[in-house]
Amino acid sequence: MSKQWPDKKGHFGIYGGRYAAETLMPALLELEEAYLQARKDKTFQAELDRYLRDYAGRETPLYYARRLTEELGGARIYLKREDLGHTGSHKINNTLGQVLLAQRMGKKRVIAETGAGQHGVATATVAALFGMECQIFMGDEDIRRQAPNVFRMKILGAEVTPVSSGTATLKDAMNEAMRQWVARVRDTYYVIGSTAGPHPYPLMVRDFQSCIGRETKKQIIKKEGRLPDFLIACVGGGSNAMGLFYPFKDDAAVAMIGVEAAGKGVESGLHAASIAAGEVGVLHGNKTYLLQDEDGQVRDAFSIAAGLDYPGVGPEHASFHESGRATYVTIDDEEAIKAFIALSKYEGIIPALESAHAVAYAMLLAPELEREKIIVINLSGRGDKDAGIIAERAQAK
Amino acid sequence: MGRIEQRFNILKEKGEKALVIYITAGDPSLEQTKEIALGLDAAGVDCLEIGVPFSDPTADGPIIQAASQRALKNGTTLAAILAMIESIRKTSEIPIVLFGYYNPILSYGPERFAARAKEAGVDGILVVDLPPEEAAELRQYTDPKGIDFISLIAPTTNTERVKRIASHATGFLYYISITGVTGTAKPQVEEVAKDIKRIRTVTELPLVVGFGISTPQQAKEIAPFADGIVIGSAVVRMIDEYSGKFDLVTQVAHYARQIKEAISLPL
Repeated sequence: MSKQWPDKKGHFGIYGGRYAAETLMPALLELEEAYLQARKDKTFQAELDRYLRDYAGRETPLYYARRLTEELGGARIYLKREDLGHTGSHKINNTLGQVLLAQRMGKKRVIAETGAGQHGVATATVAALFGMECQIFMGDEDIRRQAPNVFRMKILGAEVTPVSSGTATLKDAMNEAMRQWVARVRDTYYVIGSTAGPHPYPLMVRDFQSCIGRETKKQIIKKEGRLPDFLIACVGGGSNAMGLFYPFKDDAAVAMIGVEAAGKGVESGLHAASIAAGEVGVLHGNKTYLLQDEDGQVRDAFSIAAGLDYPGVGPEHASFHESGRATYVTIDDEEAIKAFIALSKYEGIIPALESAHAVAYAMLLAPELEREKIIVINLSGRGDKDAGIIAERAQAK
Repeated sequence: MGRIEQRFNILKEKGEKALVIYITAGDPSLEQTKEIALGLDAAGVDCLEIGVPFSDPTADGPIIQAASQRALKNGTTLAAILAMIESIRKTSEIPIVLFGYYNPILSYGPERFAARAKEAGVDGILVVDLPPEEAAELRQYTDPKGIDFISLIAPTTNTERVKRIASHATGFLYYISITGVTGTAKPQVEEVAKDIKRIRTVTELPLVVGFGISTPQQAKEIAPFADGIVIGSAVVRMIDEYSGKFDLVTQVAHYARQIKEAISLPL
């Protein structure tokens, strides 16, 4: 597992790559060059670190969830509190990095796709911080179910463009953002929010999110004197999971578990479990596991968590799955809701429905383990945005 | 020599420009796609681009997106499109390029696709999301079959890159005349002319221009700078408009004939 992926062409084994239209290729090559320079540039990294610390509030705490641990009666559970970062999710780590890069490249305008709205809010926030024009693409269905985030983006000065094609969710928002990027590629920087898209995005987003895992490593050693046994994170495109996992990649004793959304159940067909139930395909510029039919048409994903509602997964997760370095499991809507409520009740922390998938799996795993075992859950975002969904469901019952 | 090269050679001898027409397979139905294709052949169209519908056509504007959705709702598959092309080939020698995205081909199996496409009479393929960086995985199968790999050149493609793309391309080069998705803007004639001159300095391959041309007038203005023009969204819009009407094929063929005349007449 000491392979340095991606390779020069952006491949993680057979996954990843740059399956993009020619209009975008020059932009992707330019972006790659600019990013590889910035990556080595100490001034850039120092500036990013300063914003992460003074603006976004890093480092985020690693919190021992005592009551949840006691309630479950097994392994000790720690929460990496990305929900406490500015804008309420891990997304800010990446948008600060990418928008600083956009500035460096002389772009005046940023665009982004968003599902739950967390990435949209984080992009709009950083665009406001640097005085850049900002346009966010969001599916109609997501605009409806994540209304609080739509208001936040607008307050921050972003233009929110509704997307009605397909299932009007994250995949369709990404299609539209790519079309817009093709049309405005000369003056526009496209801030992709996940470890997906064409090279160099999966690499870049992984790098910008790796602060999560690096901090966790330091923090757990300080608290427990050793590395954790399990890392658990939800996986839509997979940015929060990769951010936590990657710095532990070579620590073979640390098991990494990615939790995909099973929606109404993997058997029902209404889910977003690309690794569990998908096939290798090409979408949005990279080769990875995709939910698709037998003719190679991409199927619509389904999850109560808008941020997991995506039919693909980051190519590096596909390679981790193939090599067995990480294990991918599924949690359905009902289990996620139970975890959402449990964490709120036992710890006074309302998790994002996305992160609740990771919590739900930890709740299944912890009781099976001895007290000596340590689990770290990436609590990737906070759940204020989801209060309406939970209330709606409670009323419907 | 393949049908594409042959056709461009003949046009060159006659001093004519190529008219390439794009239609989405399966919109409104595969049977009608075949009828339209034969009608376009009779109308003097030089090359057909048969679009393979894909669920996520990120390089296409609203018109072709909608056509792709209609075609997919009709149950159009790559296998059925290849069968339709085979049936066109019984009566027509018009050069045919399959135009689409990689995933349906990957799902069908690249090796199996190459064999079947050749057998069906496909002359070239244009896979929008397969730039030269990723093309080898398909071309290792299609090149040996003599299927042309049509490559795209964008206004953003620098000359060095044009040189590299052209050195690997076969059939013709497709110049994207707007910085945008299909059918969403009008090309600026002076800019297109200037850019084509730049591309001409590094390649001998026939060069066709498309992505925003919709009227005989635009076709007439742009054609002199290139070896041919492509019309897509405008035809697809027309097919939608006449869908279900008795004169669908006649209308589309009539439109193609007008364009062909426009690009054949001196300015």
